[in-house]
Amino acid sequence: MEGELGWWGVLIAVLGGAVRVSTPYLFVALGETLTERAGRVNLGLEGTLVLGAMSAFAISYLSGSPWLGVLAAGFAGMFLGALHGVICNLPRVNDIAVGIALFIFGTGLAFYLGKDFIQPRADMLPGIPLGSWSDIPAVQSALEISPLFFIGMALAFFLQWGIHHTRWGLLLRMAGENAEAGKALGLSVPLIRLSATAAGGFLSGVGGAFLSLYYPGNWNEGLSSGQGLMAVALVIFARWNPVRCFWASLVFGGASALGPAVQTVGIASGYYLFNAAPYVLTLLMLIWASNPREALTGAPRELSISR
Amino acid sequence: MTEANADDTGRPKAMVAGRSYAFLLGGPAREGIEAVLLSILALLAAFALFAIFVAVQGHDPVAVYRILWLGAFGTSFSIENTLTLAAPIILTALCTLIPARVGLLVIGAEGALIMGGLGAVLAGLLVTGLPGHLGAVWCCVIGALFGGAWVAMAGALKIWRGVNETIATLLLNYIAIALMLHLITGPLRDLSVAIKAQSYAIPEAYRMGDLPGWSVHWGLLIGLAVVCGVHILLRHTVTGFSMSVLGGNRRAAQMAGLNIGRLTLLATGLGGAAAGLAGAIEVVAVHGAASESLVVGFGYTGILVAFLARQNPLAVVIVALIIGGIAASGGLLQRRFGMPDATTDLLQGMIFMCVLASNALAGRLLPLRG
Amino acid sequence: MKNTHTRRDALRLGANVMTAAAFASMGGLQALAAAEGTIGFIYVGPRDDFGWNQAHAVAAASIAEADGISLVEQERVPETEEVLRVMESMIQLDGAKVLFPTSFGYWPFIQQLAPKYPDVLFIHAGGLWKPGDEPNTIGYRGYMEEPHYLAGIAAGHLSKTGKLGFVGAKPLYFVFNNCNGFTMGARSINPEATTQVVITGEWDNPVKEANAINAMADQGVDVIVANVDSPKVAIETAERRGIMSVGYHTDQSSLAPKGFLTGAEWNWAKGGDFAKAHMTGDAFPNLFRGGFDKDMVKISPFGSAVPQAVQDEIMTARSGLLDGSLLLYKGPLKDNKGNEMIPAGTDIANDDNDFKLSVKWLVEGTIGETGLQ
Repeated sequence: MEGELGWWGVLIAVLGGAVRVSTPYLFVALGETLTERAGRVNLGLEGTLVLGAMSAFAISYLSGSPWLGVLAAGFAGMFLGALHGVICNLPRVNDIAVGIALFIFGTGLAFYLGKDFIQPRADMLPGIPLGSWSDIPAVQSALEISPLFFIGMALAFFLQWGIHHTRWGLLLRMAGENAEAGKALGLSVPLIRLSATAAGGFLSGVGGAFLSLYYPGNWNEGLSSGQGLMAVALVIFARWNPVRCFWASLVFGGASALGPAVQTVGIASGYYLFNAAPYVLTLLMLIWASNPREALTGAPRELSISR
Repeated sequence: MTEANADDTGRPKAMVAGRSYAFLLGGPAREGIEAVLLSILALLAAFALFAIFVAVQGHDPVAVYRILWLGAFGTSFSIENTLTLAAPIILTALCTLIPARVGLLVIGAEGALIMGGLGAVLAGLLVTGLPGHLGAVWCCVIGALFGGAWVAMAGALKIWRGVNETIATLLLNYIAIALMLHLITGPLRDLSVAIKAQSYAIPEAYRMGDLPGWSVHWGLLIGLAVVCGVHILLRHTVTGFSMSVLGGNRRAAQMAGLNIGRLTLLATGLGGAAAGLAGAIEVVAVHGAASESLVVGFGYTGILVAFLARQNPLAVVIVALIIGGIAASGGLLQRRFGMPDATTDLLQGMIFMCVLASNALAGRLLPLRG
Repeated sequence: MKNTHTRRDALRLGANVMTAAAFASMGGLQALAAAEGTIGFIYVGPRDDFGWNQAHAVAAASIAEADGISLVEQERVPETEEVLRVMESMIQLDGAKVLFPTSFGYWPFIQQLAPKYPDVLFIHAGGLWKPGDEPNTIGYRGYMEEPHYLAGIAAGHLSKTGKLGFVGAKPLYFVFNNCNGFTMGARSINPEATTQVVITGEWDNPVKEANAINAMADQGVDVIVANVDSPKVAIETAERRGIMSVGYHTDQSSLAPKGFLTGAEWNWAKGGDFAKAHMTGDAFPNLFRGGFDKDMVKISPFGSAVPQAVQDEIMTARSGLLDGSLLLYKGPLKDNKGNEMIPAGTDIANDDNDFKLSVKWLVEGTIGETGLQ
C-alpha cells in the first residue's frame, strides 16, 4: 500500500540504494583489481573518479550526448592511469606515493576545469525501467537501473573469467605474481603494468561518469565523498576477485543507503557512525584475513600492500 | 624471493614494491647535495609545467608567478600568512616521515590530527583550573598522546597481524572523522553555540596566543622545536640508528637483534603524536573546541610535504614554507585573475609528481666518486 | 593600529544602540555622498552552486553594480584560520573597506579580526551580533522559517499522501525552525500532514542527499525540501521520482519544471545598504534581523503545479506575516514528543530572535529527532 511501507520501505531503500550507489564503487574496484593484479597499487583513483565525473558532465553538457560523456570520462581516467604507470615505471619510484600525488593532481585538475560546469545541467544517462510491472512507486524506482550497472556486472564476471582463462589474464598474473619469471620469459613487465593501470584508470573514469550523469547526477566539488579511496579498501575486502568486488560493492552501496532510510522510520541518532560502517568492516576484515608471516590470501605477490 | 634481485628495470626488488625508501633519507654530504639539486630541478620542472598550463588557459604565466610571490612572500603580511599555513603541515608531515624511517608508509595524519584535537578538548574539559600556561601544555600533551595512540594502533596491527599500515591508516582517517562528528553532534555538543555543531570549549585560560609582535601563533615555534627534536632522535641516537637499520633492511635488523615490534610502535606512535599535537594546537590556538573545522586536509598535505622533503625532518620546514606559500597565494590568484581555487591544488599535484619522478635520477646526477 | 577618532567612528559607535527598526524607518539608504571602495565577498563553496553561496554571489553582483564599488571574491574558504587570513589579505592587498564573509561559521574569526581593522566593516550573514561584540561588525539574516511556512501551505494543499519530507544538513537551530515553519504551514491546511526529517550530517554530500530523497519517496513522501548548501541534487532527484519539491536559498524553479512548488529565498542584497552607509559615513545597525517585514526573505516564483487559489492563499498568509497578524509560534504548541513547548495564550513575536535561537525541538507532526533533547 502506497505510503505505508514502513520497514519494507527501508528494505526497498537499502536494496535500491545498493544498486544505485554501488556502480561507481564497482567500476573503481574493478579498475583497481586490474591494476593490483599486475602488481601495482594506484591510490589515486579518487582523483581519477573525480576527473572522470567532471569530464563526463562537461562533455555531455557540451555535446548533448551522455554516452559521449561516459567515453570522455574513460579516456580522462586512462590518461591519469597511464601517467601513474609511466611514472611508476621509472626506477626508484614508489607507487603508493605516486597514487597520492595523482589524487591531488586529478582532483585539482577536475576542480580547475570543472568550475564552469557547476551551474549548468547536462543530459543524463537513461535508466532501464525494470519495475514497470509493479504499481508501487518505490519498487518501480528501485528497479529503474542504469545500463552501466549491468555493464559493470558483466565486466566483473568477464574479468573473473579472463584473468584465469585468457592470454592477457596470464600476462597480468605473471606481472603480479612473479615478475622475475615473466622477465625470464621475455615479457615486458613494465608495459603490462602500464597497460593494466591505464585500463584501470579508464574503468574508474567511467565510475565517475555514473556519479555525474546518473546518480546523484550532478557535478560539483562535493560530488565524491571518498568513493575512490573506499574502492581501494573494497578491493582488499573482495580479495582481488572481480566477482567478489561486485558483491562487496552492493554491500557498501546498501550500507550507504541505510543511514537515511532508518531515519525515515524514526531512528535518528548515530548517522555519522552508520556512515563509517564500511570502513570499520574493511578494517576488521583486514585484521581477520591478514597474517604476519605470509601475504594476504588471494593477494598478488608483487603487491606492496600485501606484504 | 630474494630482495637482492633486480627486476627488468634494474632496481632492487624491494623498491619496486615501494617497501624501502632508505635511499630517500639523507646521508653523506654528496647524497645530500644531490637530493637538494634533485628537489630544485623537480620544483623548476613543475613550475614550468604549470606555466604552460596557465598559458594554455589564457593567463600570463609571468603575471601569475608575480602574484604567487606577492601572496606567499611579497609582504610581511604575506609571510605571516605563509607561516600560519605552514605551521600545522610541518607537524603532520612528521606523521609520514617518522614511520618511513622504519620502512612504513603511513597516511594517517588526518585521523591523528582529529584525534589529537579531540584529546585536547577532553583534556581541557576534564581538568580545569591549571595555572599559567600549564593548561595549554596539558591539552597539547594529551592531544599528542591521543594522536600517537591512534597511529600506533596501525603499528600494532602491523606487528600483530601483518595488516598493511597504509590501508589501515587510510581507514582509520575515516573512522576518526566519523567518531569526532558523532561526539560533537552528540555527547560533547555545546548547545549554546548556535553557529555550528561543536564541542564544549576548553577554558579560556588554556588558550594559546600569538607570538609577541606577530600574528602567528605559538604552534609554529612548537612545530620547529619538534622538528629539531625529531632530527636529533633520528640522526644522533641509537634508537634513530636502529630505526634506519630496520627501514633499510628488515632481515638485517632481525639478525642484529633489534626489537622490531618496539621500534615499529615507537615510530608510528611518534608520528601520530606529531599529527595529534598539530590537532591539539588547532584547538588550543585557533578554535578552542573540536568541530568539523579540524577536517581540512592538513593531514593529506603533510604526506606531500614529507615526500617533497625526501623524508628529511629539517627539509620539512623549507618544504612546508613553499607549500604554505602556494596555499597562501591561492586567494590572490582567485581575486586578481579569476582563476579557480583549485589552481594551487593543481600546482601542488604537479610538484608532487615531478618530485617523485625525479627520484629516478637519484645517484645519476652527480658523478660517483672513484 | 589607528587611534584617531573621526566623526565616522563616532557615528558608528552611536549606531550600536540604534535598533534595526529605527534604521529601517530612516528609509535612508539614499546617502548623499557617493559610496566608493572595494568590497570583498568570501564564500565557503562554489559561488554558482544553486544554493547558499549563489544567493550571496547574486547579492554581490547587484551591490557591485553601483558606481565606484569594485568587488573582489574568493571561493571555498574553510571555517578555519584561513578565513582570518583571507579577510586580512583582502584588506591589506586589495584595499577592501567592507567585507562580506558569508559562511555562518566565520563569525568567531570576524570578531577576532575586527578590532585590528576598525575602519573596515564586516557584514556577516547570521544574526549573531550581541552587545559587547565589535562595533564594526554586523549580523544580518532573514527569518527563513517564514517563507518555509508559506511553502508548507502549498505542500499541505498539494500533497496527496499528506507525507512531507525535510532533509537537513546539520542539527542546528535555524534548520529546526525552517522544518517547524514548513510543517506548521502544511498543517494549517491539512492537520493530518506529517513531515519526515532526515539529517545527512553534511552541508554538501550529493549522494547522501539523493539517498535521503529516495528513501523518503519510498516511504510515500510526495513533497520535499532540502536545507543543504546546494539543493540542486535533491530537487532534481525529486523531479525524477515524480514528486514535488520546495526550493531553498535561491530560485530553483528551472530545475524541476513539473514538481517545483515554490521556494524559500534570501534577499542578501540588503547588505549593500550597510556597505554604502559605511562608505559614506552614515549610520548602520549592528544587528539586522527580519522576515518579509524587512525584505530579508522572499518566495520563489510559483511552479505550474500550484493553482491560483493556493497562490492567493499564500499571498494572504504572506501579508499576515508582514504585518504580524499571523504568528508562526503561538501557544498551545507541542513538540513531536508530546511536550508542551508553548503554553496556550502565549504568543511568540515573529521577530523574537532569542526564542528562535533557542529552538532545539521539532514541532508536533514531524517524524524525526533533533538528537539534542
